[in-house]
Amino acid sequence: MTTVEASAGGGPVLGTRLRRREDGALLTGESRFVADLAVPGALHLALVRSPHALARIVDVDVSGALAMPGVVAAFSGADLRDEWAGPLPCGWPVTAEMKQPAHLPLAVERACYVGDAVAVVVATSEYAAHDAADAVTVTYEPLPAVVDLEQALTDEVVVHPELGTNVAYTWELAPDDAAVDAAFASAAHVVDARYVQQRLIPAAMEPRGVLVVPEPFGGSFTVYSATQIPHILRVMLALTAGVPETDLRVVAPAVGGGFGSKLNVYAEEVLALALARRLRRPVRWIEERTENAQATIQGRGQIQHVELAADAEGKVTAVRVRLTADMGAYLQLVTPGIPLLGAFLYSGVYDVPAYSFRCTSVFTTATPTDAYRGAGRPEATYAIERAMDTLARRVGVAPEEIRRRNFIGPDAFPYTSVAGLVYDSGNYAGALDRCLALAGYDALRAEQQRRRAAGGTRQLGIGISSYFEMCGLAPSRVLASLNYTAGGWEAASVRILPTGKVEVVTGTSPHGQGHETSWAMIVADRLGISPDDVDVIHSDTARAPYGLDTYGSRSLAVGGTAVAMATDRVVDKARRLAAHQLEVAEEDLELAGGVFAVRGSPDRTMALAAVAFEAFTAHDLPDGMEPNLEASCHFDPPNFTFPFGTHLAVVELDTDTGKVSLVAYHAVDDCGVQVNPMIVEGQVHGGVVQGAAQALWEEAAYDTEGNLLSATLMDYLVPSAAEVPSITTASTVTPSPTNVLGVKGVGEAGTIGAAPAVINAVVDALSPFGIEDIAMPASPQRVWRAIEDARRRGTHPTSTAATDDTTTQATSTKET
Amino acid sequence: MIPARFDYRRAGSTDEAVGLLTEHGDDAKLLAGGHSLLPLMKLRLAAPAVLIDIGRLSDLSYIREEGDAVVVGALTRHRDIEVSDVLGRHVPLLAHVAGQIGDPQVRHRGTIGGSLAHGDPASDLPAACLALGASITAVGPTGSRTIAADDFFTGFLETALRPDEVLTEVTLPKATGAGWSFQKFNRRAQDWAIVGVAAVRNGTAGVALVNMGSTPLRARAVEEALASGAGDAEAADHAADGLEPPEDLNASAEYRRHLARVLVRRALQEARPST
Ligand SMILES: Cc1cc2nc3c(=O)[nH]c(=O)nc-3n(C[C@H](O)[C@H](O)[C@H](O)COP(=O)(O)OP(=O)(O)OC[C@H]3O[C@@H](n4cnc5c(N)ncnc54)[C@H](O)[C@@H]3O)c2cc1C
Repeated sequence: MTTVEASAGGGPVLGTRLRRREDGALLTGESRFVADLAVPGALHLALVRSPHALARIVDVDVSGALAMPGVVAAFSGADLRDEWAGPLPCGWPVTAEMKQPAHLPLAVERACYVGDAVAVVVATSEYAAHDAADAVTVTYEPLPAVVDLEQALTDEVVVHPELGTNVAYTWELAPDDAAVDAAFASAAHVVDARYVQQRLIPAAMEPRGVLVVPEPFGGSFTVYSATQIPHILRVMLALTAGVPETDLRVVAPAVGGGFGSKLNVYAEEVLALALARRLRRPVRWIEERTENAQATIQGRGQIQHVELAADAEGKVTAVRVRLTADMGAYLQLVTPGIPLLGAFLYSGVYDVPAYSFRCTSVFTTATPTDAYRGAGRPEATYAIERAMDTLARRVGVAPEEIRRRNFIGPDAFPYTSVAGLVYDSGNYAGALDRCLALAGYDALRAEQQRRRAAGGTRQLGIGISSYFEMCGLAPSRVLASLNYTAGGWEAASVRILPTGKVEVVTGTSPHGQGHETSWAMIVADRLGISPDDVDVIHSDTARAPYGLDTYGSRSLAVGGTAVAMATDRVVDKARRLAAHQLEVAEEDLELAGGVFAVRGSPDRTMALAAVAFEAFTAHDLPDGMEPNLEASCHFDPPNFTFPFGTHLAVVELDTDTGKVSLVAYHAVDDCGVQVNPMIVEGQVHGGVVQGAAQALWEEAAYDTEGNLLSATLMDYLVPSAAEVPSITTASTVTPSPTNVLGVKGVGEAGTIGAAPAVINAVVDALSPFGIEDIAMPASPQRVWRAIEDARRRGTHPTSTAATDDTTTQATSTKET
Repeated sequence: MIPARFDYRRAGSTDEAVGLLTEHGDDAKLLAGGHSLLPLMKLRLAAPAVLIDIGRLSDLSYIREEGDAVVVGALTRHRDIEVSDVLGRHVPLLAHVAGQIGDPQVRHRGTIGGSLAHGDPASDLPAACLALGASITAVGPTGSRTIAADDFFTGFLETALRPDEVLTEVTLPKATGAGWSFQKFNRRAQDWAIVGVAAVRNGTAGVALVNMGSTPLRARAVEEALASGAGDAEAADHAADGLEPPEDLNASAEYRRHLARVLVRRALQEARPST
């Protein structure tokens, strides 16, 4: 018998700051993204896109392009109409009556937003393709655009005449409107606010790209795509292009971020497949940055009307939300469902007895919206956390005090919310207290007072937000009740190879999150071996056939749990085999450091690697046991997980210019058990910057003709390291009872917590001017304008007496 | 992000560059650091048929004292200006301004000649050159000539350079010990100024504005007010007199005028001679 030594397992792995195994290749440029995959003879696509927000396509003449050097083919939408077995998919028809416009990879009759693709050129080089795209002549009959949501609601301009209206659907979650009305009728304080969630461009560092390679024999295709969802894409490509699923292998190579924008099925992916099929040649398409702004989905795009009713002490008695959501020109993969992901959360971390939510979703002549980091949840959190600050001012207490008066208590879990969710676990006041201590809150308030009294042009603002979110998407039955057309499970297989090395196959599809590192840590921890001995296979439907991919902070809570459970099943089998060979009862075996030892006789041992080799040779298995050490798990979570925390932002306001600088940021996050705290911190850092970006910098701005004005990174202000302070992070740990790891998820938390914290800080800085609200992004011009208007209204107390009174009151309330 | 077709020629000397410009006329563009021209080409807003690369004319990259002036070769990169001891001592405003341009990558590629020749009202070095009273040397088929910075910027992205001329040198009068200030207002460190102000006080005051009109320009009304004895705040109130600033996503014309007044006031205060 050959024995293979397993590497010695070190100490505990879970919870350590192990460096990410992904980073070496990323930092040295070895990682291969779609654009790096050089396939000889590949043809390049360039798309001709509509310059009009709404236009009838009168004629498409590709002859000019066909005459250009290097051009192999060129097609209009009409030319390719018969290529499609189905339209571009929308997988979330939220109501049976939902209106769904026809959406083909190339528009045939009407172009419905600037960037809608109307023709495609195929050439031997990227340069030739782009030159030839300029030579396609499209005759349009431009029609009036409609970009503003409230204008879209009037149906004066209807984006899709065949639907008869711009309203895609209305949806409500209103368990007891009478109770809500009664609460408002008897309220001592009411907040009535309107917030605009501007559209955002996800701006992943790597734009999209796709490469389709026909196999030399047999008629099958390998599709390489910069996607978050290789598994879902495979199903959808089969349905839209009419290629049998068995003939499709989808691979997501290194993917440079997605933030939800690559959780979709795009025209270019389907086009590349159809053209590779038609031309029998490899076909590739690489997105340009401006295309990424115009033709990749955008996020947010909502108008929120939020009302709170509260009693005299500021205890919230009802929340009422009326939402208008911008679908954009078409319904992409999960476009209609985004408002629903927030619909349950507008009561926040507070014990609210009455609730009413209604949403009207409308088409506009702008880029389709869809999931963007947080997807519905940042919007909901923003609304409640902004409104709670306003309520604090109405009641005359400090923002932290209004939250304490309303928090769901730590003993109330599992807590059934008024919206019908069961929150798994939490300690909201604990995170708030921790955050205030971390930030040195009292000293900050004292400094703010000092500056206000001195009256200079550099004023401080302090803002907090106590967020939570619903993630770990998702229990399949809940998805069914929301009309989502897929499940929410995740799959994993774990096999211990004859040499003792471990292969893990996961259905998640990382694109920056570090799953290779974290999944190896989970397995190594359970087996007592080194993470270096664990290889993680993912993002290739041929090697990892089952999966539902990566989005919605689901990967760890659902996919990581599947990995842990599959590992435990492998251990069970190994234990049976070891017990058989050591001739002891299974219960007498203990697994530690990668070795089974007999309890009480520590010299009688069998290493896991040896067990694996025995399972492989199958020379001496217990009766009925199949060879090899392998197990799978398809885990369908019993509930969502609910991470939470409190964030605190400090801004400095230049009252002369209106410029707001983010000068300090403190984040306390509770994502349950942490597999790797360094990765958690990284997710929080990036998330916070992305949320702060919505608050201060980013906006997909359109003119009334429907032109995207911020279509380059010069005009779309993604912040850089120079604009953000060093972020202080800390955490509390409240394990989730819904999975064996006790984990919750942290991919979106930072983004969800940050925007309201930052805007609350801006409004706090502006409060001496009597300003209660500022639209996002709080640009210098917007802030200056608000100050000017306040000065003109005379609400700026030149003596600052009134201001100082309120602030003193707030401060003293806090201290009682 | 994919430019249209162009021919590429590399000039081995200034004379060769002038010769190539003469040969190709309006179809040709000089390529220096490429950080203004290439973005325009990638967006297909510019499509020159011929690029004449002068990026390797190392004899046009220098910073030297010449009597009462410091002369800077046209191909000197922003980064070299930023860290120059000579400029730090005698024209610290210029060194500081160069350090505020874009990001490190831009500063290591972009050249002072390209920045001036491009004539973008939103760029920083032109305003510094105006405030400092610089002059600009150009070489053409018939020899060289000198143009005062005040006469150089003639319209939006237009300068007094003729199509067959190469900008070779910038001459900056020494402002050793003078008070100076550069106020750059933007939303991200790497961005162009929404409004910028360069000021030098050396007995008289030179004040120039970034992004307040169709060219880089001098704040004449401020300079005149100071010359006739106005205080800093009073003079600053004239910062936007007679100007037609552009409008964009970041700022309306009205907001730009307001910023100009605030930033000029701050600049004048910072540049006030310490004596
Ligand atoms: C991301 C980014 C951020 C930036 N931020 C700023 C900023 O904050 N502030 C700022 O001021 N600038 C900024 N710039 C512009 C940068 O400073 C440019 O480098 C500079 O404006 C042009 O210099 P260049 O050498 O790159 O010129 P090029 O791009 O090579 O040329 C520009 C123009 O000048 C002509 N030209 C070049 N050299 C000569 C010459 N010697 N004689 C005659 N004509 C010539 C060219 O033909 C062309 O028309 C930024 C650029 C980028 C890409």
